[in-house]
Order: sequence, then C-alpha cells, then structure tokens
Amino acid sequence: MKRKIHPLTHDIQEHPLLVRIAHWMQALAIIIMIGSGWRIYNSVPIFGDYRFPIWATLGGDPAESKIGHMDPGVANALNWHFTGMWLLAASYLLFMLHGLISGHFIRHLLPVRPREIWRDAVAALTFKLAHRLGEYNAVQRALYWAVLFGVLIMILSGLAIWKPVQLSWLTWCFGGYPTARVVHFLVMTGICLFIVIHVALVALVPKTLVAMVFGRAAEAKDAHHAAP
Amino acid sequence: MPRPEGWKVPDVDRRALVKSGLSLGALTLLTGCDISDNDVVQDMFAKVSRWNSFVQSELFSGTRLAPEYPESMAVKNFRYNAWYHWQLAPVISAADYRLELAGLIDVKTPWTVRQLYALPQQSQVTRHVCVEGWSMIGKWTGTPLRVFLERVGADLTAKYVGFACADGYYESIDMATALHPQTIMAFQLSDETLPAEYGFPFKIRIPTKLGFKQPKFVTAIYVTNRNPGGFWVDRGYNWFSGI
Repeated sequence: MKRKIHPLTHDIQEHPLLVRIAHWMQALAIIIMIGSGWRIYNSVPIFGDYRFPIWATLGGDPAESKIGHMDPGVANALNWHFTGMWLLAASYLLFMLHGLISGHFIRHLLPVRPREIWRDAVAALTFKLAHRLGEYNAVQRALYWAVLFGVLIMILSGLAIWKPVQLSWLTWCFGGYPTARVVHFLVMTGICLFIVIHVALVALVPKTLVAMVFGRAAEAKDAHHAAP
Repeated sequence: MPRPEGWKVPDVDRRALVKSGLSLGALTLLTGCDISDNDVVQDMFAKVSRWNSFVQSELFSGTRLAPEYPESMAVKNFRYNAWYHWQLAPVISAADYRLELAGLIDVKTPWTVRQLYALPQQSQVTRHVCVEGWSMIGKWTGTPLRVFLERVGADLTAKYVGFACADGYYESIDMATALHPQTIMAFQLSDETLPAEYGFPFKIRIPTKLGFKQPKFVTAIYVTNRNPGGFWVDRGYNWFSGI
C-alpha cells in the first residue's frame, strides 16, 4: 500500500545533480588515488616490509609491466596517481564550493557539538539510533567534516611530497619531506576507515544510495530503521 | 531522536541493494582488473603526463633554490640506485674518457676529465628525492651546468639539454632547469671524487628534479629544440619530473 509522498508523512532525502556528480567523481578519484598510492608505496614501503597485496592495488599486471615499463607497475601507478589528482581536486572543489554557497553545509552539517556526537555515538553503538532520511545525526555530521578535512590534508600533503622544492614552505609545514609522506599515508588510512563505515551504513540504509544515484528517496515516517 | 518500536528486520529495498552490490563490484573491478595497460588508458596517461609537464614547468622558478641542509646532515654512504647491480656499473678510464658535445653548441671540442675538473666548483648539501619515494641528503661538488654551457657557447635559448651515458642511459631536461644555479656537473660526492658506480667522471645533480632525471657517467651533452625523452620517460615516467 502506497501513500502519496509528502514531507508531512515522509522523510525525504534529495541531492541536487551537482552534488551527485561531485560525489561520484570524488568516489572514483579516491579509489584511483588509494589503489595507485598503494602500488607506489609498495616500491619503497614506509613501515618495515609491509606491502599491500597486488590485487588490491592499481597499476596493471606486474609481469606485463616488467616488459612495457621495466618496473612492477610503478609507472602505471604514478600515471594513475597524477591523473587522479586532477579529478580529486576538481570534484573536491566542486563539492566544497557547492556546499558552502548553497548553504547545504550550514543547514545539514552544522552544528557539530561534542556532547551530541557522544550521545549519538553511544546510541549508534547500542543500535538505538534511528536513521531518518534527509537528516544527519551528530556522528554523521562529525564524520563528514572529518573526511572533508581529511581529503584536504591529502591534497596538501600530496602537494608537499610532489613539490618539496617549489612548495618547500608547504613541505616545511608538514615537518619535512619524509614526515609529509607519513602524514599522507596515515590520513589515507583514516579515509579508508571512513569508507568502510560509510559503505556499511549505506548497505544498512540502501535508500540513501537511491538518493545519491537518482537524486531523491522517500520513506514513510513510521518506518524508521534502527541503524548503527 | 525517536526510538523505533522494537527491533524489526529492516524493509530492505532489494533493487537498491542489488544496485549497491553492482556499484561496489564495479569499483573492485576497476582495481582488480588490468585496464592499466589498455591502449586507450596508456594514451590518456601520455596526454595527462604532457599536461603535467607543462604545469610543472610553469610552477618552476629559475631563481627559487632547493633547501640546503647543514653538512652534518649529509649521508656518507649514499644509496646506490640503478636497474642493474652496482658491480655492473661502467668503469671509465680517466685517460681515455672524452665528453662529446653536439647539437646547438659553438665549440664542440671534446673535454678530458682533467679539463672538466679544472672548472670552477661549488658545493651543495641538498635532498635527493627518488620517484619511488625514498629520499636522502647528500653533499655534491661540481660546476654549475650553466657555466659549462656558456663556456662552450651553447644556444641558451634552445629548449632542451640532452645527455648520453656510458651505461646506455639517456636523459633530457628543459633549458630553464639546466640554467638553474643549483644544477651542477657533480664531480664529487661527500668530498670524494665520484666513485665508479655513482657516475665517474661526473653526474648531473639537479636538486629541483627527481633522481632519475640526473644521469651518471655522462659521455655526451647536446643542446636541441626537439625533446630527446629519456630512459624512464620513454617507459612511461613523467618527463619534467620537477620537485
């Protein structure tokens, strides 16, 4: 039995086309950057002998690369990385500018109060937090700010590693070249954790994916899912 | 927030779930499947790489210097790096060696090691950055490439300076970088004449570029307006590779 969708009876989540394009561009860019970054990392690991499994990285078949590039896929990975960076920067800029200008950030991602984050985190971990389409709880708001800040740090630390001479002031801000590499790695790890949580929650509340793909999803107000 | 009445199995939108599964699958495919060596992808890489070289050349400043470090930070046992074992590095006899000059250069008379080592020299303690991510601070001593190019009457308005090496390696750099005050023909590493595997009789030390742009055992220098490419550049690495 279907009722007519109305804000009084339904929770509605809407994403403008611009946001959806920026979101999926960002998703693709981050996957390219992490996959190729792992392959580049593998050529000279920072942490002991730890290397990422080849299947999880981006850079092509190592055997084929040995013939074409005389390396195990580093040239390909670097090309992915330095192509993906433009996609990442462009989509990030698009997303941030839209969020700031449209008022989306102010309306939906603020305020961020520690007390509320704590309350909602406890509720979520005890499966007592209801998810309402179109509304972000305090934990979500904090996480979105964290990941947006994280991507910014990835771009800046990436620039610091890419241009330690031309942008030596930036590299200095990150504590020098070797430290900037470690920062780049650690923040990447944080973004990976975000992705795991983000995708897990989408799997629990699939309608959010419908909204991010088609622009709109609605749910009767009495059908709240308990989502962690 | 209102608490749901009791725990119910969520009414999962099956179509959406399939879709989410598909998109995740697509993402895994992207990383798992080898599209890197696909011709279209390689073609895109080449185009983006040319664009990135252009951006980097715009970002490059002929007067901005690479940070210099106190001498105490210079590593004594500098890392050996090449695609072959260090014992296979070419051993050059100083008596037989001649540096050949070609292209847009007025005086193409070959140079001996003794003549090269008599050139005015300067030292730098700078960071060497490898494309793979490792880096090391070292002390290099030698002649600014600019001084040498001026002395042999090179056309300084030409676009590229190319290098050929005793081990079959070859490289090329933009003229702006060749004329940068810290770009030197390094005769010494850590105050000692360059050992064979580090590039005797000299290597090109460029603290504004990645390590692979800095050829060792240089046997020929030429000035040209056609981009000569480079050993790793022709294998997919970015040509400008500035840092």
